[in-house]
Amino acid sequence: MPVSIPSSRLIYDALKACGVGLVSALPETWLVHLIRMAEEDPEMILVRLAKEEEGVGLSAGAYLAGTKSAMLMQNHGFLASVNGIVSCAQLYRIPLLMLISHRGEFGERDPWQTEGGGVTEHVLQALRIPYAYLDAPDHVAHRIRKAQTLAYSANKPVALLLCRDLMWEEA
Amino acid sequence: MLRLQALQSVYPKLEHRVVITIMGAVAAELQSIGHRPNFFYLQHAMGLASSMGLGVALTRPELSVVVFDGDGSILMNLGGLTTLARYRPKNLVHVVFDNESLLSVGGFPTATSTGSDIAGMAAAAGIPRTTTVRTLEEFTTAFDDALAADELTTIVAKVDATGPAGFVTDLALLENRFEFQRWLRTAGASRTSHPAR
Repeated sequence: MPVSIPSSRLIYDALKACGVGLVSALPETWLVHLIRMAEEDPEMILVRLAKEEEGVGLSAGAYLAGTKSAMLMQNHGFLASVNGIVSCAQLYRIPLLMLISHRGEFGERDPWQTEGGGVTEHVLQALRIPYAYLDAPDHVAHRIRKAQTLAYSANKPVALLLCRDLMWEEA
Repeated sequence: MLRLQALQSVYPKLEHRVVITIMGAVAAELQSIGHRPNFFYLQHAMGLASSMGLGVALTRPELSVVVFDGDGSILMNLGGLTTLARYRPKNLVHVVFDNESLLSVGGFPTATSTGSDIAGMAAAAGIPRTTTVRTLEEFTTAFDDALAADELTTIVAKVDATGPAGFVTDLALLENRFEFQRWLRTAGASRTSHPAR
């Protein structure tokens, strides 16, 4: 399972540098190392979810109570969270930092991921959620920091799409 | 039991606790008794009030958190019961008002009207303390016990399917959200003089 450990470490360290104290997650292949890093970090509250939409409520509660959080999910998890994003985070102007593994793009071999990959960005655009790709190591730290900065200044959800070129080590 | 009476009976105990409610009758009735800055009403996003409560409870273990949920809402997030059970914050009391209907959208019956047992599902999910109550006296006793128990509790309170005439109140959603956040920011400081339990 050639998920990049160095890239996962870069992402995790960037979240820590941004003061993230709670991570909600639902496992997916590209997220395994990130979830393990959160699990092994005694300073991090890791909440394993049954469904990604719960993470919107968790992040909203944590935020209002004073803790910065990040959500780790697959793009299908993002699709499953849309009502919570709209009717909790956007309705109540709650910042969310969503790290979404962008499955189903060029290079995808799993047939079941391909439909979600094609609609993810359209849904983000329809929801007016600012987003950027994380697709190379050199911009990971500052894109995460800048995404979080906007989320908190605008009081709204932002998304970073974790791309194959960053997450998957394969020729 | 009327939900309004149940809320009135525990209202004095909510003064220094974090309170998160669902939308509809619960929010309108609690506001009719008297809004406080430590009350947050999630006026949509059905199912996520318990997840919000978990987010507050895990990040602020020094605070006492009460969630007023409903059958229609929790049925939309049954998986959330397993997440609550997994982390089982000791500082969270989860009350589910079960009127066996979706009252605010026409009163259509939910699955609890045909036998689905929320307390049973909560217990099976692993929530350490669960109970179903049907009278006001049972409810207030269960609520006090839950506050004293220092263990995650889900109380399912069977209530009549009646509610207020309207659900829109004059408390704006964002006003509520910013006031609640501000209260949480300073809640730790007032805790010493007003212990959570």
